[in-house]
Parts: sequence; C-alpha cells; structure tokens
Amino acid sequence: MTVWESARIALRGLRGNTLRSALTMLGIIIGVAAVIILVAFGNGLQRFVADAFGPLANQIQIGKDQGGVGAKDLTDADVRALRDTARAPAIGTVSASVAGSAQLQLAGGGSYRTGISGVEADYLDVSNRELLVGSFFDDRQATGKAKVVVLGPNPVASLFGGQAGEALGRDVRIGRTSFQVVGVLAPNGQQDDVAVMPLGAARSYLLGGGDVVDSVTVRAVSTDAVPQAVEQATAILDQRHGIRDAEDRDFTVTALQSLLDQSSQVLSFVTIFVAAVAGISLVVGSIGVANIMLVTVTERTREIGIRKAIGARRRAILQQFLIEAMVLTGIGGVIGILLGIGISAVAGIVLPQAIPDFPPPSVSVGSVVLAFGVSLLIGLLAGGFPANRAARMRPIDALRHQ
Amino acid sequence: MIELEHVSKVYRTGDIELRALDDVSLRIDDGDLVAIMGPSGSGKSTMMNILGCLDVPSSGTYRLDGVDVGGLSDNRLADIRLEKIGFVFQSFNLLPRTSAIRNVELPMVYAGIKNRRGRAQRALARVGLGDRTHHQPNELSGGQQQRVAVARALVTDPSMILADEPTGNLDTASTVDVMTLFVELHEAGRTVVLITHEPEVAEFAKRVITLRDGRVVEDVRR
Repeated sequence: MTVWESARIALRGLRGNTLRSALTMLGIIIGVAAVIILVAFGNGLQRFVADAFGPLANQIQIGKDQGGVGAKDLTDADVRALRDTARAPAIGTVSASVAGSAQLQLAGGGSYRTGISGVEADYLDVSNRELLVGSFFDDRQATGKAKVVVLGPNPVASLFGGQAGEALGRDVRIGRTSFQVVGVLAPNGQQDDVAVMPLGAARSYLLGGGDVVDSVTVRAVSTDAVPQAVEQATAILDQRHGIRDAEDRDFTVTALQSLLDQSSQVLSFVTIFVAAVAGISLVVGSIGVANIMLVTVTERTREIGIRKAIGARRRAILQQFLIEAMVLTGIGGVIGILLGIGISAVAGIVLPQAIPDFPPPSVSVGSVVLAFGVSLLIGLLAGGFPANRAARMRPIDALRHQ
Repeated sequence: MIELEHVSKVYRTGDIELRALDDVSLRIDDGDLVAIMGPSGSGKSTMMNILGCLDVPSSGTYRLDGVDVGGLSDNRLADIRLEKIGFVFQSFNLLPRTSAIRNVELPMVYAGIKNRRGRAQRALARVGLGDRTHHQPNELSGGQQQRVAVARALVTDPSMILADEPTGNLDTASTVDVMTLFVELHEAGRTVVLITHEPEVAEFAKRVITLRDGRVVEDVRR
C-alpha cells in the first residue's frame, strides 16, 4: 500500500470527525503561530538595531580614561598621529570633538541650556546623522573658528517652537558670542539635546582647553579592519603617552562593533527564549494529538480488525494511523504558519502606526521551516505509540471488540 | 485445496486448559460447498479462525493450497488472507461511513491492485448491487450489506470464501438471497466454507461437517 493511499484513508478518517480533528489541530495551530510571530518580532527588533547601528559598525571611540592618576589628555597632536596612514593603515577617518554645555539665548528672549559639541567638518558622516534643513559647516569654517552652529531638535523645539525653518539663519547667543544657525539636525533619538559648532569655535569662545580633545571618533577602512584599527590606534597612543603596561593606560579604545555584537547576541538569546516559551504550547498541542490518536485507535479497533482480517499487514495499519496523525499536525502546522505570517504582516502595518518607530516584525524562513518540521515530528511521535498499538492488535481480538 | 491433519487448538487460561479443537483431520476439495455445523462451544469459531488464517493450530498441520500455514509470521498470514481467503462475517464488518464500492475496493488497496473501480463495480453487479455502489453501509439493508461483504470477499479471486454465520443477522428472505449467492458462486467453481448452526442454512451445502467438543462427529455428503 502506498503512502498516498494511506493519506487518502487518513483524510477520510479525519473528515469523519471534523470537530474533533479541528479542536486537536487548534493546539498545533496556536503553537506554530505563536512561535512564528514571536520569532518575527524578535527578528524585527534585531533588524531594527542592525539598521540603526549597522553603519556605525566600523567606528572606534577613543576617550580619556577618567580614572587614571596623572593621566594625560588627548590632544590635537594625538589626533594628527592617528591620521598618519603610514603608521595606521587600517584607520580611515579620524574626527576629534570637544564637549561641554552652555546657555543658548535668543534675542527675542527665550533661553535654553544644552550640550555643546565642538566637531570637525565630517561630523555628519562620522556620527551617521542627517540634517533636517540647512547645511553643515565646511572644512574651512571648521578650522577657521566660524561662529556658526547647527542645532539639535531639542533646542529648536524649545527656542523656535519646533519650526526648523524658523531657526535657519537666526542668530543665537551662546555664552558671550553670537552664532548663526546654519542647519538643524534630524532627530536620532539619542543625541538630540545638542548644539554643534566648529571645534575651534567651541574652544575659543566657550569651552577653552587649548589643544585638548575630549573624544576621537576613528573609522576603520572597513568593518573587517576594525580589530587592526583598534590595535594600531592603541599602539600609537601607547607610544605617545608613554604607556608600557596595559593597566596604566590613560585612554580607552572601544570598537562599537563589539558592543553591537553583544547587543545582537542578547537580542537573539531573548528571541530564542521567547520562542521556546511559545514552543511549550506546541508541546501541549502534541499531547492533545497523542491523546486523540489513542482514543481514535480504541474507537476504531473493529475497523482495524476488519482491515487486518482482509489482509492488511502491520505496516499498512501503522502507516495509516501515523499518516493520520501527521496529516492532522501537518494541516495544523500549515494553518498555524499562515496565521503566524498573517498576524505578523498585520502587526507590521498596524503597530508602527500606533507606536512610532516600532520595528515591524519580520517572519524568518527558518522559523517557518522549523515550525512545520516540528509539527510533522510531533505527528510522528504523538501518533507513533497509538499507531504501533493498532498495528500489533490481533485480528481475532480486534474483531471481537464492540 | 484445504487439508487439516491432526489439528488441535488448546487455549490456556491459568491452570485451565481448553481443547477447542481436538485432533481434527479433514480435506476440502476445490469448488466444494461445505457447511461446518455444531452447537456453540463445539469449536466452530476456532475452526473458522484457523481455516481463515487468523490463528494458527497448537499442533498438527494446516495446508492451504499446499502451503503449511503453521509457522508463518503475522505478515505472511496477512498475505495469505489477502490472496487466498475471502471473509464474510455474521455482522457484515463493513467499514462504517465508507461507500459500498470503497469497501469492495479495500482488499485490492492492500494487494496493490490498480484499476480497482472497474473490478469493484463488476463484483457489486455480480451480487446484484450494481445500482447501490455509492451507498454507505447504514443506507443499506442487512441483506444488502451482506451482499456487499460477499462482493468484497470475491473481488480478489480467493481460493476460498469463508463465511462465519453469514445469515445469523438476516431475515428469511435475505437469508435465501445470500445463500442463493453462495450456491451460484459454488456453481461457478469457487470453494465456499460456511460456518453455521442453522440446519436450514446447512441444507444449501453439498457436504456437512458436524463438530462437537472439538471433534468431527459427522461428515455427510449430499
């Protein structure tokens, strides 16, 4: 007897008990759908993080180690050394910045205290940001201490009622100096409370500090070159700061890549954990299948007797009930997959509208294949014992069964 | 050809030993119409199980078409039932919720025979149910159900049709219908073995074997 033949008999058996079959499937449907949906949400979150921070993957942050005793500051000379491509071939761009805070004051009266960043002309590129309006200061302005400023969204909200166009071209008093607003940053949710100005201007008019640099952002030539770039930057600064023992270092070199790797690892652990919790409902569903198959086999003892008396081999009976269980869980699996994909798709449309920036779930092919495989496996395991019991029945005993 | 030589069947329940068949030897030739009679407890059902290869003798040999059935595995016995024996039971034993034609097709499904529809159709026409092929058992009368069972029994061309109290659940008219069918099959050259306790059924047979306490006490040819 062919598998196809068994499947037809199995389908007829299931159709004979539609409600029971449907209820049994429900456990599998819910379990499969839950696994797919939860994995999709986890994937969406992971993808969101990767999209948001992926462009930063080749960034390396260098800062002063605040704890060090007798620590030397990072200086312009350090930055120049890092820019030496002969000594640091893995390093692409180097961008220095200073930070502080100051009061912004509008001629009309409004005032707002915010963070000040003195940066170089490649700031937008380095920090992966965009402008809402206006333009960023160029290299000449940056080195020439031009009195221009690019405002973050928060000061614009406070001083100009959120009207970016309104801010453009206006003069803002910062400390004792008047700066012209040349651009407004698009929000990125992290560094929105800021006013960005040329490094030289920030030092000369606001923060002082001579040639001291607060932080240096280095970009490796490629994501793969990040470890070499970290090594080269560390070696250069070790030499310039006279460090012999790694414990004495007065600076820190942090690759964002490793932070990203950690966070995506944590996210995938969370996804697996949540999917495993959803998997419990699959286990419960499979117990339901095993239970129903046992009942079915008992109920159909006489049918088994008839089939065996007529000449069905053990294998044919085993196959019939195994396939019946697998058809049950297989159909349940397919419905669960469709339901899971459907709900994920609807959530992907509805949730970002309800909650801004909500990462839309993304169904992974792997979870679909796995869920379907698991549901078939459940059929095999949960159906196996009852089917084996049916196959081993003696025809004379089975026929006598009422 | 059915040959039993010194066949005994012993059932043991704890210390109690029940000798259901006691040293039975007999031969049934091809094409015969035989009734095996006897009161309840005489060993009829055991005889039926052994002849039908549903059970094997405790001792002695049973040869069906020259094949010794004694030492065969479950699967081999299933193959022999499929090939050589067509069963007709007292309670019809049709698959419920399954049309007459699908019931008749069933042995061919297990035998792996293709083009089953036509053969099943012809078998149903043979028993006079050519117009009832898609009725389910619960839509058929007892006599009709038993005729479906006969169609199922003969569809694979078995060596022997083995009927266990085939008219036990039928009224007189249906009994005559079904018995007429068996006589026709016999006249067409098939071996038919009837197990019954009703003398009026046995009257249709050409040879009547009577069992009592597991032994053959009478063997009459008419």
